[in-house]
Amino acid sequence: MLSSTLLKGNRHIVRAATSRYYFSTGPAVVFDLSGSFQTHNLETAPNETTECSKDELWNMFELMYTMRRMEITCDNEYKARNIRGFCHLYDGQEAVATGILQALDEKDSYITSYRCHCIALARGGSVKQVVAELFGFEDGMTKGKGGSMHFYNKKHNFYGGQGIVGAQVPVGAGLAFANKYNTPPGERMPVAIGCYGDGAANQGQIWEAANMASLWKLPMIFCIENNQYGMGTSIDRHSSHSDYYKMGNHIPGVRIDGMNVLAVREGMRFVKDYCASGQGPMYVEMMTYRYHGHSMSDPGTTYRNREEIAFTRSTRDPLEFVKKCLVDAEFATPDELKEAEKRIRKDVQQQVMEAKESAKPSMDSLFEDIFAKDLVSRSGSEFPPHIRMPDYAKSFWIDGKPE
Amino acid sequence: MKILLHSLPRRSWLTARRPLSHLTMATDPTIMSVTSSAQGMNMFQAVNDAMKIALETDPTAIVFGEDVAFGGVFRCSQGLQERFGKDRVFNTPISENGIAGFAIGYAATGGTAIGEIQFADYIYPAMDQLVNEMAKFRYRSGNQWQAGGATLRMPAGAVGHGGHYHSQSPEAYLAHTAGLTVVMPSSPKAAKGLLLASIRSKDPVIFLEPKALYRSAVESVPLGDYEVELGKARILREGSDVTLVGWGAQIQRLQKACDLAKEMDGIDCELIDLQTIVPWDAEAVEQSVLKTGKLVVSHEAPITCGFGAEVVAELQERCFWALEAPIKRVCGFDTPFPLVFEKYYLPDETRNLEAIREVVRSSR
Repeated sequence: MLSSTLLKGNRHIVRAATSRYYFSTGPAVVFDLSGSFQTHNLETAPNETTECSKDELWNMFELMYTMRRMEITCDNEYKARNIRGFCHLYDGQEAVATGILQALDEKDSYITSYRCHCIALARGGSVKQVVAELFGFEDGMTKGKGGSMHFYNKKHNFYGGQGIVGAQVPVGAGLAFANKYNTPPGERMPVAIGCYGDGAANQGQIWEAANMASLWKLPMIFCIENNQYGMGTSIDRHSSHSDYYKMGNHIPGVRIDGMNVLAVREGMRFVKDYCASGQGPMYVEMMTYRYHGHSMSDPGTTYRNREEIAFTRSTRDPLEFVKKCLVDAEFATPDELKEAEKRIRKDVQQQVMEAKESAKPSMDSLFEDIFAKDLVSRSGSEFPPHIRMPDYAKSFWIDGKPE
Repeated sequence: MKILLHSLPRRSWLTARRPLSHLTMATDPTIMSVTSSAQGMNMFQAVNDAMKIALETDPTAIVFGEDVAFGGVFRCSQGLQERFGKDRVFNTPISENGIAGFAIGYAATGGTAIGEIQFADYIYPAMDQLVNEMAKFRYRSGNQWQAGGATLRMPAGAVGHGGHYHSQSPEAYLAHTAGLTVVMPSSPKAAKGLLLASIRSKDPVIFLEPKALYRSAVESVPLGDYEVELGKARILREGSDVTLVGWGAQIQRLQKACDLAKEMDGIDCELIDLQTIVPWDAEAVEQSVLKTGKLVVSHEAPITCGFGAEVVAELQERCFWALEAPIKRVCGFDTPFPLVFEKYYLPDETRNLEAIREVVRSSR
């Protein structure tokens, strides 16, 4: 199903190391990205090679490995019933988030779907904050009120974390508009990237947003994370047209191998450059894969073969790819990588333990943040003087239990 | 890409049994059972059975929705594609607005469209189709066209860990639309009969299934073809002191509240399950309130403008002089459906017990 040209992108050929220095991050190595990109309606294309220094590549690896460990921890915690509610895991797609975040900066608005743990982590979050939020504790990123699908970070321009499929895309168009509106003419605008899945790509509201973005030349990136399945239905069965990067019609598009973090980074640099210069929106399709099911309630095997999952894990795993790049470029030895993995594993465990020490948010926060200011209380907007629980001792009194 | 034949998940922590609900197997006068053979079924099996019978008896019937082909996320459609074929049971893309419009179009040609919305929380993209197209088709075409063959079924209500977007009960938004019928069963036997009646109804029906009851509610369900009349409430428990009105999974909590009221205070409650939210059986509630003089209405949805408000407004108009105490509503609060605070948010049996006691205490 995937075009063979994209699979070729996984084979990177490291050319002779250059002696160029990259700011303060050490000498860079040139990586070959040929075959990682396909374009639509574009005269230019992303660079076929990219330079990456040791520090940059190590940072990417560490971030991706932290993401992977965090998602696996979430899986275990969910099965231990410490995490309740719905939980949509991102493992397998780490390269997409990491690459995008390397290419964009914090002024660029980022909005995505419910599969947002890793992006929350990368955009100014820590494992402790993410996991505490999943546990429903007040140390979490949204004070324990959002849960798995609702991570936000105002300081880092991360707009979340939305539950309804496709609903984030028109919001992203609004963010792009704000970016354009607030930038003096002629200057480069911060972009807005709206990520959604292949399953969401046929939602009506996305077409509406695309039309507006194109009409008004908004700096909007429509990023489709194509993991081949819309919940439990494969792309053959839910989309009549699965060249998502062409879906914008006259809007130019790029298809990027989403398992190659360097390709994602280089491709996104190209896309950001295009959008920030005021030429209008662009569609980006990331070819990727998710190892888990749609959510923790979905085993992920009723609609796809285990062989397919295992095959992808063994041939296209983004983490294995980054490790191979590090070793081939002589930025790391396999032992150093093992050490790093151990260290990150311990760190993630440590942060999860710290997260567990937090506590549930106080009852009053149930009614906080519904409106900007507390409006006059009506029957439904405050607790009655007390709420009886079946166990009288556990009942909740607003002003303290009477003696 | 091959799709493996659907296999049931093994018993694991994911499918751990919850304790059996408070359902009794009392004979229900509103159900006409055609055969005497029955089987213990939970709600998703009852819904599955109803759809199977609908597909068997109506050659134009089709079942569609997100992921229904492998059985659906709650197993309601399991086995249907294997039995009736891919052209009658098929998956749709994630397009709720499209699903609703599609159902209306097929129904307009006389076919029976049984659409599934994966969670009632996702009904909102389809609101325009439901309110403006489905509800008004017969009216605006002078009875030339209609969408009566359309039935949209969806899991609704709290489930213990659903949070903002997997727990909502949108019956109030839908009830405000003339032309729509909104139904919410509270037990498997009623669910099967109501679903068959909804599918065969000459009017479009929105069928809200309480997802908390899918596995936990088990009842002896007749195997044959039977219907439960739409627009009729059922009286689950007779009493003379207080009338309790509810629907869906809330009935379970109200049953417990009635038991507690009887045990602890000797209060005799009459429990009415509306079953059909609109058009609702105001007469049955009126008769009951004329007898008891006191009313408590309870639902999971937020209190302001919840359907309970309609019940109260209508009843005060009909029974004002017979009322002995103000009518009480015990509902969710006016907040988004919370994740960690769910047990405080839900109007559970003890909050209902307090309301029953207060209504009795303050009555003249």
